[in-house]
Amino acid sequence: MAEFSTSVADKGEVSTIYLKGFLDAHTAPMLENTFSGLVDNKKYSIVVNFKDLAYISSAGLGVFMAFIEKVRENEGDIKLSAMSDKVYNIFDLLGFPLLYEIFKTEEEAINKFRENKNLES
Amino acid sequence: MKAEKSKLKKDRLEIKSRTENLAEIREFINSAAAEVGLSKETIDNIILAVDEACTNIIKHAYKYFPDGKIILNLKTDKKTFTIEIIDFGKSFEPGLVPNPDLKKYFDEKRVGGLGMYLMKALMDDVKYTSFPGKFNQVLLIKNINSNGR
Repeated sequence: MAEFSTSVADKGEVSTIYLKGFLDAHTAPMLENTFSGLVDNKKYSIVVNFKDLAYISSAGLGVFMAFIEKVRENEGDIKLSAMSDKVYNIFDLLGFPLLYEIFKTEEEAINKFRENKNLES
Repeated sequence: MKAEKSKLKKDRLEIKSRTENLAEIREFINSAAAEVGLSKETIDNIILAVDEACTNIIKHAYKYFPDGKIILNLKTDKKTFTIEIIDFGKSFEPGLVPNPDLKKYFDEKRVGGLGMYLMKALMDDVKYTSFPGKFNQVLLIKNINSNGR
């Protein structure tokens, strides 16, 4: 039973991780591997698309906590996008909107990376 | 009032302490809570709270030992829907788990403790009782409103 899966698409400088299914203590290591793969390849501009994520528990939330510092140290960021209300509510309960930028759509999150880059150049 | 025998079709689940079983635990809770007539949002909250409790048991009480026993018993009456979760692992003192300060967690790269916070936020009452040398019990209690939700 494929209860959770991730896929990655590179869009210019930005990598998007697509989440699908149920993210819990059993499946969180799969997402850790996905993040590790990006970080190992020095890809630090990361958007996460939650559109097809049905469920998240604190084990899944912990993965974002585990990588954010390393990513920001390298002038990158993890931006979150396209969450259902149900998933957003869990992030909100734990105060994540203070620490992460959350966008309605993946495109808005990607554009934010590009705007920041334009400002720097 | 005498305790009535549960009217739920299935009010007990006995399962091994493995994270792969979390999906089955969630499905069990989903079916039973739907039978009670709770709203979708309330059911989602209960499912998450039970997942967090069982994840804590697997991680902390059994320390990932895969053959520990977890028993879920459901009780419902007019006012409450209660999930009792029993384990036979290391006992747990919730008083030792502080409420998380997310900023501090962020700084210290700690990712635990969020589950306990969620359980308290999502349920009306969370009670831990340890019977040393016997078993540990978690009670997760959701009040049922007068409109059945």
